[in-house]
Amino acid sequence: MTLELAGICKRFFHNDTQETLDVLNDISFKAADGEFISIIGPSGCGKTTLLRIISGLEHPSAGTLLLRQKAITQPSAQVGLIFQEYALFPWRTVIDNVAFSLEIEGVPRKKRRERARYYISTFGLEGFENKYPKELSGGMKQRVAIARSLINDPKLLLMDEPFGALDSQTRNAMQAFLLQIWQETKKTILFVSHNIDETVFLSERVFGLSQRPGTIKLSLSIDLPYPRERTGQEFNRYRKQILDYLSEERSTFDR
Amino acid sequence: MFVFTGDDTKRMYIAMLRTLVVVAIISLWQLLAYLSVIPHHKIPSPWETILGVQTLAFAGLPSGYRLLTHIVESLYRVLYGFSIAFVIAVPLGILMGWSRVLRELLNPLIEIVRPIPPLAWIPIAIFWFGIGIKSAAFIIFLGAFFPILLSTVSGVLSVETILIEASRTLGARQKDIYTKILVPGATPSICTGLRIGMGVAWMTLIAAEFTGVKSGYGLGYMIMVARDIQRPDYILAGMIIIGITGYALDACLRTFERMILRWK
Repeated sequence: MTLELAGICKRFFHNDTQETLDVLNDISFKAADGEFISIIGPSGCGKTTLLRIISGLEHPSAGTLLLRQKAITQPSAQVGLIFQEYALFPWRTVIDNVAFSLEIEGVPRKKRRERARYYISTFGLEGFENKYPKELSGGMKQRVAIARSLINDPKLLLMDEPFGALDSQTRNAMQAFLLQIWQETKKTILFVSHNIDETVFLSERVFGLSQRPGTIKLSLSIDLPYPRERTGQEFNRYRKQILDYLSEERSTFDR
Repeated sequence: MFVFTGDDTKRMYIAMLRTLVVVAIISLWQLLAYLSVIPHHKIPSPWETILGVQTLAFAGLPSGYRLLTHIVESLYRVLYGFSIAFVIAVPLGILMGWSRVLRELLNPLIEIVRPIPPLAWIPIAIFWFGIGIKSAAFIIFLGAFFPILLSTVSGVLSVETILIEASRTLGARQKDIYTKILVPGATPSICTGLRIGMGVAWMTLIAAEFTGVKSGYGLGYMIMVARDIQRPDYILAGMIIIGITGYALDACLRTFERMILRWK
């Protein structure tokens, strides 16, 4: 089991207003090795907070969090996190961005560049090794970010609406690309999205979070073989199921 | 009304307009001097000023003390003080950017010392270091120190949190965050600080040379000698040289900035 969450809660306390805000309530699930799970939910339901907790950037207020049977207490290269904003280091070239974590580990320059070059070619970024992030398109930036994370062989890859800033064609291409990477590397992926089509296209399982405080209200297995046909009947049935769930969540909120 | 067809055309027009403005002002100045509208003994004409530069360059003021040596001596003083300011202000600024405690401890002191004009330090500087390069360097140091320090601190504070978080999820520890994220992230702001610091240092130097140099070389000293012998043409020529040299210093820093900030 790659990841186990049991009873994760998160409460924020605002020093200024003395108010507390419950963001997550009793989140429990397990992710098997190599599983692709998506999390979907209304905006502000705590999806991002959940990923930040799993990455170690935030601490849960209650509950346990295990990565391969070991508690996660701080961020590490074991758990990769991909941001919607890419978060590339603008002063580093593509190759030095990709090689960042190896540099931290103290891998000699020649060796880490060799490894980085392998990832750059697998990710279709040849010829851009020495470009700076500002010279890349959005899709390329995100590929650099994924390569930068995977070079360290993380046990778990967290993705926070990674394709949210891309146009729809690039987005589709990136989804296909991510599936290919997933199938080759067999990584466990936890993918936050607000795009229903995307979650059905990518995931083996979909969790629907409720309005804040977020808790898992929907757990849906997508039993379709890859690659999936976006216009297929079965595909649309899953889409409708998720869409119905989301509109129901919204209506409980409005009421 | 100009109709710009492209960037190049636009740039050409702007360059032409700029030259035109300079030429027009100088022509007007020359004309007014020629017509004796402006008092000749107070404001020399452009042509006399150019002749003044020539005298300063070849005959020297005081006689034998040539312009180039004055420039070199002034540059030496400014770089002396500026280098010390750079070496202390940048590391201290990065430390203060990291550590909130240090920032809050040092801020009151800095905010009280900073408004004291560098020139107000001249008496105590002469008392401590005597008249000479050390005094001058100390005054320059004070002028350059605070802009560099404050820009460095704000540069470190401006580094986006998401980059720090990304580095942590890639295995970066505290020292890696400092050296690989905060320092490069603060570089643009540090560069700005260096340019402002150099500008202040240059202005401070000239003023310091008015009082801190009793004989010898220095552009500030040179124009004080010109005042003593009542030669406004030499004064004006010296002022123009001071402007051009200051501009050249800034141009050097701008080139340096462009080189290290190619990623911007």
